[in-house]
Amino acid sequence: MRHRAPITRGDLNAYLDDELSPERRAEVAHYLATHPEAEAELAEYRRVDRALHQLFDPVLAEPIPPQLRPSRRSPWRAAAAAAGWLLLGGSLGWGLHPTARAPLLAEQPLSEQLVQPAAFAHTVYTTDPRHPVEVSAADEHHLVSWLSLRLHADLRAPDLTTLGYHLVGGRLLPATDRMAAQFMYERADATRITLYLRRGPWQEATTLFHFEHSQGLGVFYWVEGGLGYAVTGPLAQGDLLALAEAVFQQLRGEPAAAAALPVGSH
Amino acid sequence: MELPDRVVEQIPRLRRYARALLRGNTPAADDLVQDCLERALGRLHFWRSGSDLRAWLFTIMHNLYVNQLRRNHSGPQFVELLEEESTVAAPGGAESATTLRELQRALDGLPAEQREVLLLVALEGLRYQEAATILGIPVGTVMSRLARARQQLRQQLAQERDGPLRRVK
Repeated sequence: MRHRAPITRGDLNAYLDDELSPERRAEVAHYLATHPEAEAELAEYRRVDRALHQLFDPVLAEPIPPQLRPSRRSPWRAAAAAAGWLLLGGSLGWGLHPTARAPLLAEQPLSEQLVQPAAFAHTVYTTDPRHPVEVSAADEHHLVSWLSLRLHADLRAPDLTTLGYHLVGGRLLPATDRMAAQFMYERADATRITLYLRRGPWQEATTLFHFEHSQGLGVFYWVEGGLGYAVTGPLAQGDLLALAEAVFQQLRGEPAAAAALPVGSH
Repeated sequence: MELPDRVVEQIPRLRRYARALLRGNTPAADDLVQDCLERALGRLHFWRSGSDLRAWLFTIMHNLYVNQLRRNHSGPQFVELLEEESTVAAPGGAESATTLRELQRALDGLPAEQREVLLLVALEGLRYQEAATILGIPVGTVMSRLARARQQLRQQLAQERDGPLRRVK
C-alpha cells in the first residue's frame, strides 16, 4: 500500500467541502471513524457552516430593494439592448428558458437518471408507515441546511400549502455516485407527493418540463442549474403540473449554489 | 432568458454575500451590490458568453470591495446584525440568537481575506477553484485561509457553548 499522508485540518475542511479525491476521501473517512476528536471537530465545522446560513440566508428571502431592480425604463435595459442581449429573449410557457447556450439533453438518460430513481424513492418511502422521512418538517431548517450541504446546493423546501400539501420532511439519498434529496408532502386525505432533487452528469444544462409515467406514478421533471428535479405523485397530469409549476417558480429565484461549477470533477 | 434577467436572478445571492462581507450593514451592502450591478451592466460585452455569470459578478464585487477597503482604512463600522425580533423561535437544530451574535462577532474579527474565502465556500457553496479564480489567489491559499477561518469560528462557537475553550487537537 502506498504511503498515506497524515490527515490535516485542511483535509477535514476539504472533506466537508467534498473537494477530496475518492482515495483521500476514504482515508479521511477511515481516520474519522477511528478518531472521535477529529469527528467532533468536523461536526463543529458543520455547525459553523449551518450557523452562517442561519445568519445570512434570511437575506435571500428579502424583497429586492427597488434601486437594485431594473425597470423597463431603466438604463439597464438600454445597456442590455445595446449589448445585443435582448435578442436572446423570448418568453416561453411557464417562464422556462432554455438559452442559446444550454444544451438540451436527450430524454433517455434523464429517464434513467432522474425519473426512475425518483419514482422508486417515492414508492419506497411514501408507503413506509414508520419512517417515511429521515428528518421531519418540525426540523425543516436543519433538514434544508443539511441537504444543502450534502448536495452542494442552496436548497429550499417549497411551500405547497396553497395547493393543499404540507411538508412531511425529507431525506438524503445516494444517486449512483452522487447525492440526491427527497422532500415529501402530504395532503389532508393522506395523498403523498415527493420532490426529488439530484446532482447528475448534466452540468449546466437546462431542459424544459417533461412528463412521464413511471411505476404507476406521474413524474414531472426538468434540469436546471446543475440539479435535476422530479415531482412525483399518484395524480392526474394536470394536478401534478400545478405542483411542479409551484415548485419550479419557488426554486427558480434561487439557482443551485454550485450551479455552474463542474459536477464531475471529484 | 435575456441577460439582465439572469443578472437579476443573482441579486439575492449578491446581497447575501455583501451583507455577510460588510458585517451586516445593510445600506452599505446594498450600495456595494448596486455598484457591482452597474459595473457589470456597463461591461456586459466583456462577459464571455458561456462562462459562469455568477462567478463573474462575484469577481466584480470582490474587486469593488477590495478597492473600498483600500480607500477606507478604518474599515466599515460595526453594525449589529440581528434585530431583536429576529432573535426568537429558533427552529430545531438551529443556533440561539446569542450564539449567532457570537458567530457574527467572530466573523467580523476575521481578517477580510479570510472572511471572503470562508463566505464564498461555506455560505455561497463555491468550489475551491472557483473561489480562487474570483479572489485571484492560488487554491492552496484558499484552503489555508479557509481552514484558519473555520477554526477561528469553531472555537468561538465552542466557547460560547461550553464556557472555557476546549482543547481539540
